[in-house]
Amino acid sequence: MSAHIWKQPQGALEEIVATIEPVLEEALVSTSIARDELTITVAGPAVARVLTYLRDEPSLLFRELMDLCGVDYPERERRFDVVYHLLSMHHNQRIRVKVETDEATPVPSVVSVFPTAGWFEREAWDMYGILFSDHPDLRRLLTDYGFEGHPLRKDFPLTGYVEMRYDEEQKRVVYEPVKLRQDFRNWDFLSPWEGGGGYLPGDEKAEA
Amino acid sequence: MPDIEVHNYSINFGPQHPAAHGVLRLVLEMDGEVVERADPHIGLLHRGTEKLMEYRPYLQNIGYFDRMDYCSMLLQEHAYVLAVEKLLDIEVPIRAQYIRVLFDEITRILNHLLNVTTMALDIGAMTPLLWMFEEREKLMYFYEAVSGARMHAFYYRFGGVDRDMPRGLDEQISAWMDQFVPILDDMDKLLTENRIFKQRTVDIGTVSADDALAWGFSGPMLRASGVPWDLRKAQPYEVYDRMDFDVPIGKNGDCWDRYLVRMAEIHESLKIMRQCLEQMPEGPVILRDQKVVPPPRSEMKRSMEALIHHFKLFTEGVRVPEGEVYAVVESGKGEFGVYLVSDGTNKPYRCKVRSPGYVHLEALDMMSKGHALADVPAIIGSLDIVFGEIDR
Repeated sequence: MSAHIWKQPQGALEEIVATIEPVLEEALVSTSIARDELTITVAGPAVARVLTYLRDEPSLLFRELMDLCGVDYPERERRFDVVYHLLSMHHNQRIRVKVETDEATPVPSVVSVFPTAGWFEREAWDMYGILFSDHPDLRRLLTDYGFEGHPLRKDFPLTGYVEMRYDEEQKRVVYEPVKLRQDFRNWDFLSPWEGGGGYLPGDEKAEA
Repeated sequence: MPDIEVHNYSINFGPQHPAAHGVLRLVLEMDGEVVERADPHIGLLHRGTEKLMEYRPYLQNIGYFDRMDYCSMLLQEHAYVLAVEKLLDIEVPIRAQYIRVLFDEITRILNHLLNVTTMALDIGAMTPLLWMFEEREKLMYFYEAVSGARMHAFYYRFGGVDRDMPRGLDEQISAWMDQFVPILDDMDKLLTENRIFKQRTVDIGTVSADDALAWGFSGPMLRASGVPWDLRKAQPYEVYDRMDFDVPIGKNGDCWDRYLVRMAEIHESLKIMRQCLEQMPEGPVILRDQKVVPPPRSEMKRSMEALIHHFKLFTEGVRVPEGEVYAVVESGKGEFGVYLVSDGTNKPYRCKVRSPGYVHLEALDMMSKGHALADVPAIIGSLDIVFGEIDR
């Protein structure tokens, strides 16, 4: 392990797992400890209850929600992960909670547990189209007014679909389909010798 | 006398307002002079950094972190570099750790000077800005000396820093510190007990410790509410565990306390910088692992292997093992975190940036409720927000 990065005390993470396992029971899907970080995956409908428990249990006291974000794995059946990062200042520990979901299934909002989740959930909705039930104000947050699509999804192109400019004749801002003046520079330099089994650009010529 | 009907009305604060610290569009619902609800509309500076990072090799992404919060550049590079180092599981030479801490603290002073002075400017004090921007310019000279760029340094690398400090820079830094302290004291005298400044900040935007925790505060915002939490002490990275410094905390959690905490932190940063300069050993500043760090130029001229490594590193880039990490640093504004998911290729699969300003701005509604309109710039000023990191 990199010695210049702070580490949890030996056995602290195992202790957390031992504490939460009997309480969360079926809500807990899996736990893993990797790179000195504890990740627990919980069932979607139970997430608000789990976070409330993690916040209030005296031996845990994860009272701060530091981060909440979505991750997209399009090849999975339930393609999205919602990832919560909690911090316990009392015990100086961190935990990562994950929930799997898809485009249609809403995740219960945790705004009532951590008010700070409001914007994080709006951002996850904006960027990935993840739905949150019982969110008081689930509007788009970072994208333009009237934006369509969810830009951080893996199937959304990097360049987007429309571009915007000020039109001198119409005296207003106009939206037009993206025109690339220069080829998009794709940094696909993965070595073809080291396996990966991938299909590389140019392979189609061998078959022709 | 006929009843006068009073309506609530909403006003647009920004996005082109000088006290909005950038491109904040704030829709305020007012009851006369009193704010009933504040709804910040952010995203006017959204550049899709997180999406862009998924399409670039790991090394190129360091540059994006300079451009997020463009007032604390190296601190953010630090968080990203730590995340990648954690995934790669590599060590950093001790001299590089000292250089990183030294430049982290320079960056923190840059950040705090900007915030304190612009906040003072928002509520009517112009002089501190003029004085302190001169000092910031001198600090940026140190940036330039090590990296060649005044602001967007691109200086930290996986496994160390790009190059060693030029000879004589340590003396220049300590000379700067000696002349800076009286100037800081001048500003302190001018501002801290100033009657107008206190009228505008004391008991404005008060946040209790419980509220601060519930709203996810960190950094000076949290410490001003009386919670003694500093990642440099609690979860020390690099050589912070060897440094002797205090964590200033506030009592009331109002705008004035947040100002005082930042002023005290500048002094603590100076203390850390002095210790760094004293203790800094000689030695390499970057790891000699050629799978991660390119070989020195001189070696490339003679060694075929070094040449191949160089070529591979600048075409394919670093391959980072599969996994996910969350790395944090105590940035000037609070906990700056990077959640990095790697799928084992040369590009990040997902990189989420946890920016402290984003969380603090979200709490603006809670903080400004019931305050007069004229207090809103003071509260925004004390939040220390920079839109580069909020909109990303």
